[in-house]
Amino acid sequence: MSAALLQVEHLSVRYPLGRAPLLGRRREFDALADVSVSIEEGGSLGIVGESGSGKSTLARAILGFVAPSSGRILWRGEPIDTTDRERMRPLRRQMQVVFQDPFGSLDPRMTAGASVVESITALEGRADRAALESRITAVFREVGLDPSLARRYPHELSGGQCQRVAIARATVVRPQLLICDEAVSALDVSVQAQIVNLLRDTCRRHGMALLFISHNLAVVRHLCDDIAVLCQGRLVERAGREQLFAAPRDPYTKALLAAVPELRRPAS
Amino acid sequence: MAGEVLLGIRNLGVEFTTPQGTVHAVRDVSLDVAPRECLAIVGESGSGKTQLMMACLGLLAGNGTASGSARFLGEELIGADETALNQVRGAGISLVLQDPMNSLTPHLRIERLLTEGVLDRGMLGPSEARARALRALGRVGITEPEARLRQYPHELSGGMRQRVAIAIALMTEPKLLIADEPTTALDVTVQAKVLDVLRDTRDEGLAIVLVTHDLGVVAGIADRVAVMYAGELVELSPVEDLLAAPAHPYAAGLLNSVPRLDDLAESRLRAIEGQPPRPGEVAIGCAFAPRCAAASEVCREVAPRPRVLAGGRTVSCHAPFSVEAGT
Repeated sequence: MSAALLQVEHLSVRYPLGRAPLLGRRREFDALADVSVSIEEGGSLGIVGESGSGKSTLARAILGFVAPSSGRILWRGEPIDTTDRERMRPLRRQMQVVFQDPFGSLDPRMTAGASVVESITALEGRADRAALESRITAVFREVGLDPSLARRYPHELSGGQCQRVAIARATVVRPQLLICDEAVSALDVSVQAQIVNLLRDTCRRHGMALLFISHNLAVVRHLCDDIAVLCQGRLVERAGREQLFAAPRDPYTKALLAAVPELRRPAS
Repeated sequence: MAGEVLLGIRNLGVEFTTPQGTVHAVRDVSLDVAPRECLAIVGESGSGKTQLMMACLGLLAGNGTASGSARFLGEELIGADETALNQVRGAGISLVLQDPMNSLTPHLRIERLLTEGVLDRGMLGPSEARARALRALGRVGITEPEARLRQYPHELSGGMRQRVAIAIALMTEPKLLIADEPTTALDVTVQAKVLDVLRDTRDEGLAIVLVTHDLGVVAGIADRVAVMYAGELVELSPVEDLLAAPAHPYAAGLLNSVPRLDDLAESRLRAIEGQPPRPGEVAIGCAFAPRCAAASEVCREVAPRPRVLAGGRTVSCHAPFSVEAGT
């Protein structure tokens, strides 16, 4: 059996809360408790949960932004120390991320094109100008942006356009795993639909695996074959899309599904 | 429906003066809110849905001016002085905002937040005000109201704070509640409970204007829906009609864009191509024409006027989708 692309085994992340008053013990908060998930090459895994469920902490632990308290993370079957910056460097190219806030995640002093160039040179090393330019043009077209927008600054772009730049920046180095943390949540619905389609198409075209974190069950259903539901730092249910939506097992999953305000198709 | 009008808006416009020039946030909007109905105003960022309501309440930012007319029970609100507006804002129309952390004064206890409106206006004495506060907390489903009165906003969860904000809005027994994205900052399970509270208050006889970008929320609570795009009212329809057969192409596109739990998971979403116009961008013809698949020459040259269709529907479009009820 070949190993999964990414495996998270019994991962826990604890944040210190400071001491209780008067000689108290040091208190801790379990942001993530004993969570195991995995994603196959070219697969798609949705992580669903409400605020405080630990879904962003999971992404941050995989990317090495927070250190796990216990458990391990395996990349193609090999355990990796995500907090070892030097040894993670080659993996950065394999694992890219798109965040929620399209303005906040781009450097306001860099043009859209320069942001994408920075991603290429930081991860692949120096390249000559002509090669860079043709790659920028190609990746801008791929994410549905006019290449002339490469000369614009983030404040001159709309939210949807900024998010396309962030996706270009993440996918231009052809990672094997794209992590999206609420990447469409800040967008208006008409633009959100465009970006959901773009993520779907891009991942399929390049065989990229997708780890998609969201509070929006309907969006996750469109993008992911497998879905994991987190509640207060614990994994409460993990199932294939069809099963999770047709026959949820965990009471929390049921409550979550029941709470989604829904547009129902009129009975025809 | 002809007859009673609670809030009558006619040809309302909102302009902001900015260093980049004048921005028309709302253009020529006319609509009526009837007593006891829930009207949803739906649109994306920058569509003017919030500014339309802020203009009615005299709450535009300093660089904003409103034109046209908005009458609450016959009384003109546009251009009214602060004293007159404060009468309406206190007793007639209440407002609930999106973020319950920022809309509740952090250093006041829940009791003071609830009672200051009725006490400062001399509507009730202290003991009556306290009794009404306890009832208001009960109406929005808050348990242990006595204990809550002594707490501060930071001691409550987000959903609890939003219930308190609704309870505050109910204290003066208004006729109309304007709720601007009241559930957007909340988790879905909490959102469902807050919507239940709003539905109950509507059932008790309060009219609600619900400003939202979420069509799922609209489907569960609204009687009629006003869809706004680029500052204009493009369609106004009863909620079942809008969801079953939208007349305006933008309304249809917006509905198609929403991912649902009951459609084919394998399919691509039917997104509206292109971007909404930027604020300040002026369209000669229909503002939606550049993104509209059905747009023709006339759409690009002449701005459509609102047309009344059968079944109490209004649409601003040269070529609306045929509506079953007939035109």
